[in-house]
Parts: sequence; C-alpha cells; structure tokens
Amino acid sequence: MKGRFLDQIRIMLGRAPAKPEVVSEAAREIHQMKRMTKADFEAMKQHVRDHQLEKHTWRNRRWAVLIFANLLFTFSFWLDIQMLEGALTASRFVGFHLIDLNSALQVMLAHKHIIVNLFIGTATVFLLWVMLGGRTFCSWVCPYHLVAELFEALHLKLVDRKWVSDHSFHRGARTVFWVIFSLLAVVTGYTVFETLSPTSILSRALIYGPSLALGWVALLLVFEVVYSRRAWCRYVCPIGLTYGMVGTISPVRVVYDLRQCFHEGDCRKVCLVPHVLDMVIKGRSPEVKVPVGPDCTRCGLCVDTCPSGALKFEVKGLNELL
Amino acid sequence: MSDDSDTRPRPATGKRPQSAHRAQQARREFIRTAVLSCGMIGAGLLGFLPVVQAGDKRLRPPGALDEKDFLSSCIKCGQCVQVCPVQAIRLGDLTDGFGIGVPFIEARDQACDFSCDAVQCILACPTGALTYEKPAFLPVREGAPLEHAPTLKAKAQDPEPTINLAERIGLARLARPEACLAMQGKGFSGPARGTTFEGEMRYMDVDRWQPIPIADHPYERTLCDLCVTECPIADAIRLEEVPSQDGTRRARPVVQEQCVGCGVCEMICPAEPAAIVIEARKTWEGES
Repeated sequence: MKGRFLDQIRIMLGRAPAKPEVVSEAAREIHQMKRMTKADFEAMKQHVRDHQLEKHTWRNRRWAVLIFANLLFTFSFWLDIQMLEGALTASRFVGFHLIDLNSALQVMLAHKHIIVNLFIGTATVFLLWVMLGGRTFCSWVCPYHLVAELFEALHLKLVDRKWVSDHSFHRGARTVFWVIFSLLAVVTGYTVFETLSPTSILSRALIYGPSLALGWVALLLVFEVVYSRRAWCRYVCPIGLTYGMVGTISPVRVVYDLRQCFHEGDCRKVCLVPHVLDMVIKGRSPEVKVPVGPDCTRCGLCVDTCPSGALKFEVKGLNELL
Repeated sequence: MSDDSDTRPRPATGKRPQSAHRAQQARREFIRTAVLSCGMIGAGLLGFLPVVQAGDKRLRPPGALDEKDFLSSCIKCGQCVQVCPVQAIRLGDLTDGFGIGVPFIEARDQACDFSCDAVQCILACPTGALTYEKPAFLPVREGAPLEHAPTLKAKAQDPEPTINLAERIGLARLARPEACLAMQGKGFSGPARGTTFEGEMRYMDVDRWQPIPIADHPYERTLCDLCVTECPIADAIRLEEVPSQDGTRRARPVVQEQCVGCGVCEMICPAEPAAIVIEARKTWEGES
C-alpha cells in the first residue's frame, strides 16, 4: 500500500489508474481462486444475485440531506427563522460563520486580504469536511449535483436508445481549470469562477429567487444530456477538486473488499468518478481491503448497487472501535 | 457483464502497444478537452465585459469598498440582503458579469433609509467587502470620507445618535432642476410616488421598528421639500430660497457635505423621473 496515498491524489488530478505493481500475498490468493471455470463463476454470481434486492438506501438518505440542507437556507430567509443565513458560498449557522472553501479561496486570491470572520468560517468548514469526507460536499450538499443526477438519468436513457453518445474528456482538465481559475483570481483581481459556478447560481436562485443565470445552468445541463455525461462535475468543477484535496485525509470513506467482489462492474457504471473504483477490475486490487480514493464523492451509489456487498461505508478508526 | 477486459495476457514490459484506433480516440479526446478548456475560460472571461461597461455606476450598500475591491472581496452570499429591513439590497445577475451575486441598491425603487439604525448589512458581511473600517492597505479616495460620523435624525434623542459609517457610497445631485417642484414654487399633496409604489420607509411617528409602504403615508406640503425632510441624515441637504420674478416662493435643494448617498431623496422625489438623483461613488468636491 506504500505510495498509494500519493498515487490516489495523482489519479484525482487526472492521471489514468494503472494495474498495481505490487499485489499482497492474501490478495493474490483470492485473485488466483477467482480464476475458476466460467460455469462455476456464473453459478456463484447467480447465487449472490438471488439474495440481493435492488436498493436505493444511500441515494435516498443523500437526497434527503441535500434537499434539507438547501431548503434550510431558503426557509431561514423566507420564514425569517435565522437558522442558516446566507447562501452556499458563505453563511451563518445559528450565528457561526461557514464559508465555502472554493469561494473563500477565490476571494482570498482576488482580494489578497483575509479578515477574521473569513478565516474563522473557512477553517470551520475545512474541519467539517475533513471529518465528513471532502467531496461528500458534492453529492450530499451541492444543488447542482442533484439536478445533474436527474439529467444524467435522461442522458443514459437517450444513450440506451442510441440517440446520443457519451463523449469523454481528459480528467486532467479539471486540474487545469483549478489552476487557471486560481491564477485568474490572482491576476485579474476578480472572482472569475463565481460567474460560472452553477453551485453558487443555483444556491442563490433557491434563496433569492430565479435569475437569468439559471439559463447558463440550463445550458450546462443540455450539454451533459446530449454530449457528455456529468461533464461539469467530472471535467470542470474546481470546487470538487478543492474538496477532493480536503478529503485526502478524511476518515469517512467507502472501502472495497476483494473477497466479496465478483467483478461485475455495476459499481463503475453508476459511479460519477469511476477511476476511483479501478481496483474492482479483476486482478487490479493490491490488497484484500482497499479504501476508495479521495476523488470519491461518498455518494453511496456503488454501495447501493453492489449485489454482493463488496463496497461499504467505513469510518477509519471508528469501525475498529466498534 | 463481467468487467475483465484487462485480464488478457500482455507483454512482459507491462505496456500494451497502443492500437491505431486507441491512438485516434486519445487524439480526439485531447482536442475535445482543449476546446472545452478554451470555451470555459473564454466564457468566464466574458464576465469582464459588463464590468468594464458598467464602470462604477452601481450604487452599492453602505460601507462598500471601492468598486474593484468590492467585486473581488464580495463572496456573493447575500447575507446583507437578508438583514436589510426595507429589502433595499438586490443581487447582480449574469448580465453583471463578475458582478454576479454582488449586492447593489436601486435607489429610485427602494433606497437605504437606515431604518436598521446600525448598518446591519456591514455587520452581516463575512468578508469585509462591506466594512466599518477600511484596511490600511486600501487607498482612500479624496472626498469619499465623511467629515464626521453621520447623525441619524431618527436617533437624534439617543445617547449615541450617529451611525458607524466612514465613507459615502455616493452623492445626491439635483440632476434635473427644471423638474424640481420646489424650483417651480410648487407644493405637493398625496402619496409621494403614487398609490402603487412598493417602496418602504421607516417613519418615527408611525413605528420606529416597522417600516411601512410610502404609498400609505401621504404628504401635504405647500412648497415641496420632501428630499430635505425625509433625508435620514442630519445636515445632509437643505432648502435654499431662490429669488423669483413673479413673487412666488421658490427654493432649491442644496446637497451638503454630510450627504452619504443613501438615495432616500431620489426615492421620495415626486417628479418623474426624479429631479434629484444619487451618483454612485461620487466624491465631495464642494457645494454646488
């Protein structure tokens, strides 16, 4: 597992995952065992399938949290209950400052001056997402994620009917965007990315009412439906990378268990970031149990979809404790 | 279903020789990615055009830094919008480019009348884009600082009658003197902006803490002086008699150095369009 941590970060920045150079003894034994006859394999797979029901447990929990969090903003303003004032970019939760990490970064780089409240809010949110899993923000809070998820279903239907096809981009583009938008903030002194950010636009629209900027969000969605699946989240959004960085040291993650896996690949089909699930490909797992890398949004779709329970949520340290 | 495409035997070197098809796919992906990158960055930079076009003509909330610094330091969260008791603050849209989500005031529709008593929007701002005290490294434009903390007429009886505001956000100017009712020697009676006007204001004789629609508060003046009497700041504007040939009493509103640029005069002016307007970011250059 040595070097895997840095390796996972490189993969998040855009490098393609590769077959591990070293595979542990235990993992190798299991890989070996799995080279059974096709008939045996199918029988075993069928057996597990028979005991499996399609479930949406994590998706439903996640959608509930996401909708609740965003509506809390809306109703705090509308009903004047002052629970969560502001928008996703910056807010106050019963008085405590919370500031989105990427928005804070843009403002700090553009304005080059950090006041105490800005620092406190950013530090609080940083600690929060270190504990909760970095990109957990994306799938559990970001309003664009939910909308894009719904339009993704439409995209997949159209692909099924062969009306459209998915065009991939190089994932390194997101790293390039992150660097360029940061540089633009420093050089121009404007928070250039905020003009494009569908997360901020949607959050403000939910709270302060619709705006013309929703047209831009619609354009992004159309692009994703007809041309490239989940393009914004996968290839562009620097917010995702910022939170991904935070998630590198997070204890909350999905863990893969080679022993339970039948390498059907269903998890990679539902995943927003399938490169983090490279180890589920037959022969690729370097260990018996492997934590999923930092680019994972902890959305739980793979956990829901795995017919044999090979992917599970885990809190590092806590599971051993329990 | 089985995802075992990568288990085929491969050369000992580990690297599979790239087929022509794969090479072509990679090349296409690279071109697509380059186009996407240029497109996105280009779209982002388009936000610069409205900023250049608008200059600093938008009236910003009290305590706003200079326009360029304001746009860079504002985190676009709208907390200032949420605390304003008269909903004077609105947020910029996509058409404002980099000014998207940045607060502004449309004084003619709803001016800041300081009915919160404490400039709550400044208190709410998490990044210091609205600030009581400018950080030392930012320049102060000549004529922007107020001579002394403005006294709020509504708080005149309080132990602390001033508000914490160091710089003006703009300056009132009698832009169309020919339309000014006082200049014509006319009075005014009725609701200042008609019965359908939605703007609100706090009237101390009605309720100190509850602003009411201006439409519900008709006026009765023999010589129109609404911009002077309704101005929330002490010594910011006065009425000056002007000589007239026909013997009627005429007067001209004269803006004073204590004007903070809140825009109440522009909102309340019964002339259509307003005779007196706020010029955002304008500095004091002496009485005119």
